[in-house]
Amino acid sequence: MIIGSLVDGIVIDHIPAGRGMELYKYLRLDELDCEVAIIKNAASSKLGKKDIIKIGAPMDLNFEILGFIDPRITVDIIEGGKRARKFHPALPETIIGILHCKNPRCITSVEQELPQVFRLTDKEHVVYRCMYCDNKAKN
Amino acid sequence: MKTKGLIDIAELTADELDDLMTVAEDIIANPADYAEACHGKKIATLFYEPSTRTRLSFESAMLELGGSVLGFSSASSASVSKGESVADTARTVECFADVIAMRHPKEGAPLVAQMHVNIPVINAGDGGHNHPTQTLADLLTIKRELGRLDNLVIGCCGDLKFGRTVHSLVTAMSRYPGVRFIFISPDELRVPEHVRTEVLDRNGIPYEETTSLEEAMSKLDVLYMTRVQKERFFNEADYLRLKDSYILTPDKLKTAKPEMRVLHPLPRVNEISVDVDEDPRAAYFRQVKNGKFMRMALILKVLGISVKGGNVK
Repeated sequence: MIIGSLVDGIVIDHIPAGRGMELYKYLRLDELDCEVAIIKNAASSKLGKKDIIKIGAPMDLNFEILGFIDPRITVDIIEGGKRARKFHPALPETIIGILHCKNPRCITSVEQELPQVFRLTDKEHVVYRCMYCDNKAKN
Repeated sequence: MKTKGLIDIAELTADELDDLMTVAEDIIANPADYAEACHGKKIATLFYEPSTRTRLSFESAMLELGGSVLGFSSASSASVSKGESVADTARTVECFADVIAMRHPKEGAPLVAQMHVNIPVINAGDGGHNHPTQTLADLLTIKRELGRLDNLVIGCCGDLKFGRTVHSLVTAMSRYPGVRFIFISPDELRVPEHVRTEVLDRNGIPYEETTSLEEAMSKLDVLYMTRVQKERFFNEADYLRLKDSYILTPDKLKTAKPEMRVLHPLPRVNEISVDVDEDPRAAYFRQVKNGKFMRMALILKVLGISVKGGNVK
């Protein structure tokens, strides 16, 4: 399979195998007009298998969810065909409007217009909890 | 800046808890000094699910401070039955009252209310989540009955999974040195993982878990009994299987220390035999009274009212 090299764009690498589509959805990549490629089950010396997402245009994306999915995920910013920057997304203190509380006892289960807000409560173990009911977000 | 109420017991520092207990004990000693402290103030008790103790305790607390009370005692008698949101109800009530006490079956509802109004909101119980004013009652009871809040072995027995009062009590007591917990429950109703990891383990609080009340009894300074709450189960079969897991009887108390105290947030169903009520170690009805005094102290705090020598400041 041949995926063209990027000139200007973003590569999200070291995604745990099988979770690329999930990130595609969280990052709302379906709303983009540019080329987007998801590579599933690519060989990885670190992970065995990994997913990769390539986005064929420079843009500002909200990467805050990536650290929650897996802190090993990396983001490469490609400019002029070369990697201009590489970083691990930091763990945000709050994740707003991305995760949804699954607790049927949570107020958000009946008042669905409320913003979904998760707070980082345990950095070491990457635990986020619903602001309203303290239910743990599953990653 | 929004006026702060009390949503979660963790919002209060150990010093603030001590201050509230000091005020409550002063109210007990000098009730006349506080009789007009809240003159002209109103509390709205917004109770979306049934309650006897907590609602009447808040109302009695405000009345004894010279204030007034309004509110509703079931969702069916409020506009929520027409589909009104918690935020809209709170905004409306803000026009009529100086402080809100809210009980709601959904977890986080009082926080939603607090986010939308500029008067203090006090969480009077939200689902299986938090019940901070019950914890205030518990703390004052332990302090008055045993003379201290440190160096205690506290046994929590019954429904430790959905028992919001247990979670709040563990959070509050973890601030005091030398406190150790023994959790007594069936496997299905163990204390939740987040309480174990983020409160107990994080603060280095020693604890053990057991299914045997009899084995734990002789070690305890406080036995905190809880009811297996039917309303927290989605499956009635599970409730029926677990509801009679632990029943405290005079016989089981035989191995308890003479100074040990039995607390219960009430209402009880059958988990404490009525034969225990006359035992001097049974402190649960005194606990109810302490709850009113702590709610009086809390109302004064959130309204920013202090009383010195009988004068409102």
